Amino acid sequence: MALKHVEEYRDPELSKKLIDRIHTISQTDVRLMEVCGTHTVSIFRSGIRSILPKSISLLSGPGCPVCVTAQGEIDAFIELARNDNVILATFGDLMRVPGTSSSLLKEKADGRDIRVVYSTFDGIQMAKDNPGKSVVFLGVGFETTAPTVAAAIFSARQMNIENFFVYSAHKLVPPALEALTDQENVQVNGFILPGHVSVIIGEAGYQPFFDRHRVPCVITGFEPADILRGISMLVDQIESGSPRLENAYPRAVSHGGNEKAQRLLQDVFEPVDAVWRGIGAIPGSGLKMRGPYVAFDAADHFQIVAKAAPEPKGCACGEILTGGKTPPECPLFRTRCTPMAPVGPCMVSSEGTCAAFYRFHDEE
Amino acid sequence: MDKILLDHGSGGKLSHLLTTEIILPFFDNTILAQLDDGAVFAIDGRRLAFSTDSYTVDPIFFPGGDIGDLAINGTVNDISMCGAVPLFLSAGLIIEEGFPMDDLKRILASMQAAAKAAGIQIVTGDTKVVPKGAVDKIFINTSGVGSLRPDIRVSSGMAHIGDRIIISGSIADHGVTILTRREGLTFDAPITSDTAPLNHMVRNMFEVSTDIHVLRDPTRGGLGTALNEIAMKSNAGIHIEEKRIPVKDAVAGLCELLGFDPLYLANEGKLIAFVPGEQSEAVLEAMKQEPFGEDACIIGEVVDEHPGKVVMTTPIGGKRIVDMLTGEQLPRIC
Repeated sequence: MALKHVEEYRDPELSKKLIDRIHTISQTDVRLMEVCGTHTVSIFRSGIRSILPKSISLLSGPGCPVCVTAQGEIDAFIELARNDNVILATFGDLMRVPGTSSSLLKEKADGRDIRVVYSTFDGIQMAKDNPGKSVVFLGVGFETTAPTVAAAIFSARQMNIENFFVYSAHKLVPPALEALTDQENVQVNGFILPGHVSVIIGEAGYQPFFDRHRVPCVITGFEPADILRGISMLVDQIESGSPRLENAYPRAVSHGGNEKAQRLLQDVFEPVDAVWRGIGAIPGSGLKMRGPYVAFDAADHFQIVAKAAPEPKGCACGEILTGGKTPPECPLFRTRCTPMAPVGPCMVSSEGTCAAFYRFHDEE
Repeated sequence: MDKILLDHGSGGKLSHLLTTEIILPFFDNTILAQLDDGAVFAIDGRRLAFSTDSYTVDPIFFPGGDIGDLAINGTVNDISMCGAVPLFLSAGLIIEEGFPMDDLKRILASMQAAAKAAGIQIVTGDTKVVPKGAVDKIFINTSGVGSLRPDIRVSSGMAHIGDRIIISGSIADHGVTILTRREGLTFDAPITSDTAPLNHMVRNMFEVSTDIHVLRDPTRGGLGTALNEIAMKSNAGIHIEEKRIPVKDAVAGLCELLGFDPLYLANEGKLIAFVPGEQSEAVLEAMKQEPFGEDACIIGEVVDEHPGKVVMTTPIGGKRIVDMLTGEQLPRIC
């Protein structure tokens, strides 16, 4: 059971060598962005920020699926929960995210049938167990999560289950990288690319983005030594002026990625424009059901439309997600916005940048 | 906030606010205001400790124990954490209509065994049966009293600079056991609850030192929350080293899979002690002699910096804050 295979990547000695190396090679001031909530948490949890040279700033990009879920989508989830015939199945992260006027946690306290699940397939079982009800699974996540949701929809169709639906608020990472790099106010010298997403889309999934923008990119894993190696490779690329797309996580990520998962995604979903919190609409960055799978689309079945909803006043989630601000620079941070009473989703998700700053970072 | 949320019961920040801002003002007195695991007071010159706790665990039977021994050990431990010797307990049962008699007998037998192991007696009790759905199977309340030596003073507000922080063994065993069972997850890993009475260990600790400053059993909210409460109440800076904190491989692996932080998961048979540096080795040795303290070790100390905060050195030498848990840990998306 023990995850022994990761022990070597937690080796403090290996990490110390990498830290020394980074201190030696880093000359110019650089801003590196990670676009993965698991990276964000790992960086904070292992205290990496506290041991890097001052020349390196780490920014947390739009890598937490809950954080980039638009306000209008959260309101749509709540609207679904208020349907008496619906059992809402969701991953736990979404429970506390505030919509315009409520949250799923508050709706649950009001007696709505909202259940936290660990897998989309739990939703299928729930649909079988409750034939008189409609079970709606909230599909939130990147390329990492979407294939398992696609597999569940595929199975539901094979099993002729008619009371299982998915509200797809999935997002795709490469279009977000494009959108970020195109924004004038975003200054990033290199990307720490997400490990889990890369397992699915492979190194090749970023090639078009890299070819267009020639910005240093390294795919890394999640152990401290993985992340430090990724940072060290990015600094190498920047200092030598030769941007590359590199893979520092070959033990999990192949060049072409997981082709079976990719096929499943293509069979069940098609790309659609999607609204990201703080960034806005990004072309082709979302997923919706296609062909025969439209029958499982909760948005379609219940006629739910995610309305444009203004983001909370004063909340700097948008600027934080694009690296424009750090959480302590947001006027609401630690005052009106805390994990107990979050204003924006970056505070509520355990993988959100604000929550990570709040929990792990001492700004004094 | 106009309604009670599950987060109010998580043992983290919201629980703390519920206790201090909503409940405490109604009953404020100097004994309650200490907010320790139990109340300490004197009657006719005899010092006593008094504590109560309710048990609503789901599932009621789990690897390593059940709601019965949990209810006995929990109150035995709360009294022990006052530095007292637990003597007499009460037991109140609230049972749901239709509850199987065999299950009730099984729970009573395990309460009996736990009482015997702790060397206490259950001397009064109450039973209520409520209609189906009014409680989830069975809830148990236990209260207890213990006697306290005149020379012992322990409190969460007494951590001093230079104190070493000792933990009696691996963390998060109970929390992981319950979470995995509750969610219907089954693993081959040998994970069991650590529910155990700690009174014998505490007695041995006081035999080698009456200068122990703080005793806490890091139950709901886990080690992270308990250390934060001590840091705040003592206005002391706590420094711990991550690599010294014992976590079983299987527990660490499951936490990783499910996205839980062992620092915030419940323990039901562990204690943390703050002991002056020069006596820490002797107390540690006394703990190690006990079956529930074999893996005891020093995990950190009280420092002359960052008062009120808990800071942890990570295995790679980085430093980070350990904050209080803010609500139930929820499984994450990816």
